[in-house]
Amino acid sequence: MAKVLVVTSGKGGVGKTTSTAALGAALAQSGERVVVVDFDVGLRNLDLVMGAERRVVFDLINVVQGVAKLSQALIRDKRLENLWLLPASQTRDKDALTDEGVRRIIAELRTRFDWVICDSPAGIERGATLAMRYADEAVIVTNPEVSSVRDSDRIIGMLDSKTARAERGEQVSKHVLITRYDSGRASRGEMLSIDDILDILATPLLGIIPESQDVLRASNVGSPVTLNNAASAPARAYIDAARRLNGETVAMMVPVERKRFMDRLLGRRAA
Amino acid sequence: MSMSLLRLLGRRAGSAPVARERLQILLAHERSQRGQPDLLGILREEILAVVSRHVKLDPDKVLVKMDRGKSMSTLEVDIELPNGFDQLVRTRLPDHQLA
Repeated sequence: MAKVLVVTSGKGGVGKTTSTAALGAALAQSGERVVVVDFDVGLRNLDLVMGAERRVVFDLINVVQGVAKLSQALIRDKRLENLWLLPASQTRDKDALTDEGVRRIIAELRTRFDWVICDSPAGIERGATLAMRYADEAVIVTNPEVSSVRDSDRIIGMLDSKTARAERGEQVSKHVLITRYDSGRASRGEMLSIDDILDILATPLLGIIPESQDVLRASNVGSPVTLNNAASAPARAYIDAARRLNGETVAMMVPVERKRFMDRLLGRRAA
Repeated sequence: MSMSLLRLLGRRAGSAPVARERLQILLAHERSQRGQPDLLGILREEILAVVSRHVKLDPDKVLVKMDRGKSMSTLEVDIELPNGFDQLVRTRLPDHQLA
């Protein structure tokens, strides 16, 4: 049975696109057939993070409007043969995305893939509500910071009321993914702790992604962090999170960055 | 001396507990408001409608403030009235009584 997963947050810049690419690639590496769908109409970026920006011909809107077939718009990843991308449109016409069009495309993707991962735009407008509309599960990407936690709470409220599942009286299965976590700062009381965030949001934890240079490095070269450097701390955390999505029980821990001696000596932070 | 000592201890304890407490108060309020009409907005509209039945209001001279506390909140409506506004009221009253 195919699963539709929305990666959402409310707040921008917390790591939705990075997490979509990393989780999608990790699930594909474990043998699942995965499509990642960019819902950020007008500001597409998943193609860039996936390293497929030069291969986009048709997009989500073209398929919604019947200009292109789904098979023409899907881009196969060059590294993993069971990972695909459906890019967003770069044209600014956000109204081109309709509820009925999204319903049709998601239904068709369900027949072809094990996982349909929808990368939501920031905000709570049309793009964000349509990205979560037909989801079975949701990953709420949250930074240990007050504005991000507040927006996550708002998004959780929307997942419980505005989705097709909620309207049928069912639940969207929700998971919090904490990104940019710095365990040192949290233990010194400078940053909200994991327990603080989970307590406030009352939603189960999917994973803890440590703040790391590897995330930026991977997006610089257009590769999901789980493919670019699978041994790095954030990649290991994403791979564990993907296994949990697949129903495995994996002990929760914060993978730590192995600091080089010189970095430690000079007090350089992993950023 | 004691203040600076407290500040020093406070700094060492970090600001995360403050963040946590602020979020808890705010979210308790926001969750209770979800799907509810905007009560503050309605109060503001209706209070201004009642006052402007009697006095001509300059919208720039009306301040509405809200302060939400843990156990009590206050709504402050501050309306600046021009001198001689009661004369204006007297001349306007007959209209109002007719209506």
